[in-house]
Amino acid sequence: MNIKHHLDEATLVSYSAGSMSQSMALVVACHISMCPSCRNRVQESEAIGGMLLESLTPESISDDALDQVLACIDNEPDIELEAMVEETNFSQSFKHESIDSDVPKPLADYIGGSLDKVDWKMIVPGVYCHDLPCKSERGGVSRLLKISPGKAMLPHSHDGNELTLILRGSFSDEMGRFTAGDIADLDSEIEHQPLVDSDEDCICLIATDAPLKFSTLLGKIVQPITGF
Amino acid sequence: MENKTPGEDVENIIAMPTKQADPNWSDMLAELAETKSKTIYVQLFRHFAPKIKSYIIRLGLVESTADELMQETMLAVWRKAHMYNRTKAAASTWIFTLARNQSIDWMRKQKYPEYGLEEWHEEPDDEVDHCEQVVTSDRMAKALGKLPEKQSQVLYMSYFEGRSHAEISDRLGIPLGSVKSRIRLASEKLRMLWRDDV
Repeated sequence: MNIKHHLDEATLVSYSAGSMSQSMALVVACHISMCPSCRNRVQESEAIGGMLLESLTPESISDDALDQVLACIDNEPDIELEAMVEETNFSQSFKHESIDSDVPKPLADYIGGSLDKVDWKMIVPGVYCHDLPCKSERGGVSRLLKISPGKAMLPHSHDGNELTLILRGSFSDEMGRFTAGDIADLDSEIEHQPLVDSDEDCICLIATDAPLKFSTLLGKIVQPITGF
Repeated sequence: MENKTPGEDVENIIAMPTKQADPNWSDMLAELAETKSKTIYVQLFRHFAPKIKSYIIRLGLVESTADELMQETMLAVWRKAHMYNRTKAAASTWIFTLARNQSIDWMRKQKYPEYGLEEWHEEPDDEVDHCEQVVTSDRMAKALGKLPEKQSQVLYMSYFEGRSHAEISDRLGIPLGSVKSRIRLASEKLRMLWRDDV
């Protein structure tokens, strides 16, 4: 996979810190699972967390606490434990009979193993969506979008951040061309209008942490319908 | 707590280790993975558990919850030790991610999306020197001490208070773009200092 568009440094820090909404974190985790370079970078951001943890003034802990944990551990015989952990890993990775190569693992927890089996809801002809059940604060959402070739998204900007991860097909906007694995990591400064330029449908995973602002009258009319 | 401006107590939370007199926790965690030695586990517990509890309290959870989540995190250390990869992360980094996930899962009642633990097992790739990354914990501590206050503040608010960029922007009364550029500057500076200062 030849990934050209990566996560913003500030986004990686927010994900590592655990200070990002659930919906945004899902998109970030999906991109990281597809992108070795961002995976190395996120490990560095997590190292900031490790360092900060190390720097904290310790809280006092009762002796009971250690005893309780040790008692728990004693009740878990080693051999069975390893078998159990292996089994858990196994069932997590293969919870779905198989996972297609264009479904990142963190997403498979939400939709199963295939983009073709998703229950799509039409917004307007050529544009379909599927909402993901991420609990989110402040009106952010995460959803899958499927857009037909030649279609454009409505021009919009954002109050907050928007993450768009391409899973299949491609689109182009003011920022360049985005193909599978690429992520558009945009903030409120940018107004854009993505246009699908692949022969197949473009499927992307998108998350916002605040409602979008559409810049045309049509967009403002459609907004209540699309729920963005 | 109530009347403090965010990040004001920065001075109180950083006890910069100038010399690492501690045992090498990463080696010990790797040894725990191999031997399942309770003696080593107890040492790791005594070192990390009080810091994990401190971290969880800073996230805004009450003490009884912090105790419980600390215990869950330390149990996860025992149960998942075999997944720890010494060449990919320092013990403190790995344990931080476990504590973070336990806390978030509890607060949101929804699993924090992870990019997949199986990646920890990957063959080391040639482009990045992971071993280099691991020995950097005290270099990093020094680097952190060198950051301008405005930059360390946004890091503390992210890692310790769990605040999103938008929340930090509200609290500090600065535009979202400024929050992000401070975080970028801080993070890039840390990486730089941390690599140069060998």
